[in-house]
Amino acid sequence: MQIFKNPNVDFVRWKWHAIALSWVIILTGLGVIWKNGMPKGVEFSGGTIVIVKFAQPQDLDRIRRVLPGGGTNAIVQTYGEPATNQVMIRVHTTGSEQGQGLSDTANMVVTSLNQAGLGPIDGNGICKPGQTNCVSGKRIVGPTVGEELQQRGIMATVFALGGILLYIAFRFRFSFAVGAVVATIHDLLITLAFLALFRYELSLNVIAALLTLTGYSMNDTIVIFDRIRENMRSMRKDNLGSIVNAAVNQMLDRTMITGGLTLLSVIALYFFGGEVLRGFGFTMIIGIITGTYSSVFIAAAIVVIWQGRGPAKVAPATPVAPEGKQTGKANKRRAS
Amino acid sequence: MYKNLRWKVLTTAAVFVIFFAVGVYPMLAQKYHWPSPGWLQAKALKLGLDLKGGVQLTLKVNTDDALRITTTSTSEQLRSSLSTNGMTPTITVTAPTTFRVESVPPDKDSQFRAAADEVSTTNYQRNTLPGGTYEFVMRPNIERNLREEAVEQTLQTIDRRVNALGVTEPSIARQSQAEQILVQLPGVSDVAHAKEIMGRTAVLEFKLVEAGPAPKDDLLKQYNNNLPGDLEILPGSASASDQSSTSYFVVKKVAPVTGQDLRVAKPGLDENNQPAVHFELKSEGAKNFGKLSGDNIGRSLAIVLDNRIISAPRLEGRITDQGRISGGFTSETANDLALTLRSGALPASLTYLEEEVVGATLGADSVRAGIIASAVGLLLILSFMVFYYKLSGVNAIVALVANLVILLGLMAYIGATMTLPGIAGFVLTMGVGVDSNVLIFERIKEELHAQRGVRAAINAGFNRVFLTLLDTHVASLISALFLFQFGTGPIRGFATTLSIGLFVNLFTSIFVSKTLFELELSKRKVPALSI
Repeated sequence: MQIFKNPNVDFVRWKWHAIALSWVIILTGLGVIWKNGMPKGVEFSGGTIVIVKFAQPQDLDRIRRVLPGGGTNAIVQTYGEPATNQVMIRVHTTGSEQGQGLSDTANMVVTSLNQAGLGPIDGNGICKPGQTNCVSGKRIVGPTVGEELQQRGIMATVFALGGILLYIAFRFRFSFAVGAVVATIHDLLITLAFLALFRYELSLNVIAALLTLTGYSMNDTIVIFDRIRENMRSMRKDNLGSIVNAAVNQMLDRTMITGGLTLLSVIALYFFGGEVLRGFGFTMIIGIITGTYSSVFIAAAIVVIWQGRGPAKVAPATPVAPEGKQTGKANKRRAS
Repeated sequence: MYKNLRWKVLTTAAVFVIFFAVGVYPMLAQKYHWPSPGWLQAKALKLGLDLKGGVQLTLKVNTDDALRITTTSTSEQLRSSLSTNGMTPTITVTAPTTFRVESVPPDKDSQFRAAADEVSTTNYQRNTLPGGTYEFVMRPNIERNLREEAVEQTLQTIDRRVNALGVTEPSIARQSQAEQILVQLPGVSDVAHAKEIMGRTAVLEFKLVEAGPAPKDDLLKQYNNNLPGDLEILPGSASASDQSSTSYFVVKKVAPVTGQDLRVAKPGLDENNQPAVHFELKSEGAKNFGKLSGDNIGRSLAIVLDNRIISAPRLEGRITDQGRISGGFTSETANDLALTLRSGALPASLTYLEEEVVGATLGADSVRAGIIASAVGLLLILSFMVFYYKLSGVNAIVALVANLVILLGLMAYIGATMTLPGIAGFVLTMGVGVDSNVLIFERIKEELHAQRGVRAAINAGFNRVFLTLLDTHVASLISALFLFQFGTGPIRGFATTLSIGLFVNLFTSIFVSKTLFELELSKRKVPALSI
């Protein structure tokens, strides 16, 4: 079975259209971020999250109104399965980092719920199995952690990109490395744009997803580059554009199948993985779609643009070609 | 033709069985109460706090405290050395690493230098300022060592305290950021108590009382508002009913005996049957305590805990190796104090940066969601593979299932922790894992189209794709490594799952999958490939 019967699409011809489309999405996203800011999860912005398990379903607006300060800037939403009557309350402040007062705000939230007659909620312990009117989870992040984490997140991404750039430059050639890294940055920006458009918070899990995307997006790109490298040997007479086109077309089935299958698994994660992993799932869904798109339209296009459209006479910088030898061995084995 | 085939099949089967036994069986045994030996159960895959429930705290060690203590004690040494030489300059600690000596008389300058050299030259750099003023700044390498020591000592002390609390399988580890410690207490729900036990500095000192108890202003008046440098004013314990009734004492700055001299501390009762803490001293401490109490019979000795006087009993006679601290304890607070004293003082105060409490039910919900997501993902992938690649799809499925089983087994074996993001990594491994098979199968198809024989096509498929797989896996591994560096707890769990998944995937997609093909090929004469 095949998805595409001998596809022969001139992908390289569409490169400028693709690049323009990507810019439109990225600039839209950046515009939204510039205007509204990127919503940040509690890990980055600091703050207090209390997840309360009530005995009965609750009116979220009522909970918000009784919070300290009338619930300005507070986020109140249902958490997990509706049947569990869990409500997540997030406020943007914490107690003092000095001493043992970090959880003061969390205690205040519980106290104000109790004063409003929504309890009585046991604020000291944590829900035991079967217990209701209790706190099932808390997360309090002081302001210093967030800032540090933000920087480390950016550093990790930059270093990961740098590491991969070096690896590809070593294994293929520099223009390939540039193509792969540009494609990956493109994927990250597009994903960020969608996160901003859909108002997803930048949480630790989302950052983890973004970093995973750098790996995934490279993955897809490398597979196509690998084929370009192979074609450069077998199609010496052709220009780089046709070589790249041939490679993308040859790998089209694989690209679609892999993209589709990985997409299936993260869609499962998005719908069934629970509250905490939803942001992760969303990031991966967008990332895999753009990753697949960029490895077809962007990465190879960059290589072509970078190298010019001349004939690809030069063999790859590192001629890693034990394939031929291995096939030879296989042939011998077959003959014996 | 495939002479090693039998060994390959055996290896595959053995690997599968072993990792199934380590990674999957203990979990099933736990859930369904199947028989399982204890040593195997002990190896069962560990769940992170976010799945198991418990408390996670991020602490910062305020190492400035430890530096300030060292600087203060050096400056006090210098003060006493100078006073024996008849000099009484003003000495003030101006920063954790710096103290200043002012108005050294010019005629005694050389004497001062000699004394200063003796006391401080190894640890402090001396700068001469105009007007007979000297500034002593801690040398950078000493500062670094002291900070390092303070964090390390804090780590050990917290470890002892947490163990004394009876938490099972706690984890206390330094973070990659300087001076931060991550404490994980599974199964704990009373955060406040845990924080109190961990965070108490528990510096115990015995200091001679010079004056008091009295209100602070009255005491200062006794000294004409000019307290001598070797004395200090400390608050006594306030009565619970009235905070403003706190009385103050003037005590000697130097403590001849401290908590470091303690050998034993345990809760008990005092002569009025009130809860108290009994202690015994080590031999050196006992000698000092004997001298201190023997020389000062009739005076009061302040028992100072974290710069607050718990009680100031009169010394009735010479005390050597044991004593008792009483003063308004409940049996619980006496217990806690004994515990913190036993585990040693913290060299510095702690700051809580982050606190996370996960209820057991919340964790269980996450586990359930994770299992459902994995099952759905797996089912979707399996259906597609069989639909699209037919019999070869079954091959991929076997490889994928082996991949997941080995991944779980390997994680259990090396003692890695499965976290909620780790489950995401697990689900993702399925997608990425099956990709290797897709690559290989697509290549085989291509080779078949190029009119190659089935055997040649399969061989070429595996051989040509091997390098591609190597490149893609290395690239993914690079980003996983940086993810590990970046993250804490749960995210590390994700990076670990992902990295191990990548390694295992190379094995299953290349070795297991190929063995299965060879098995198929060895049976019949050049079959038509179902792909």
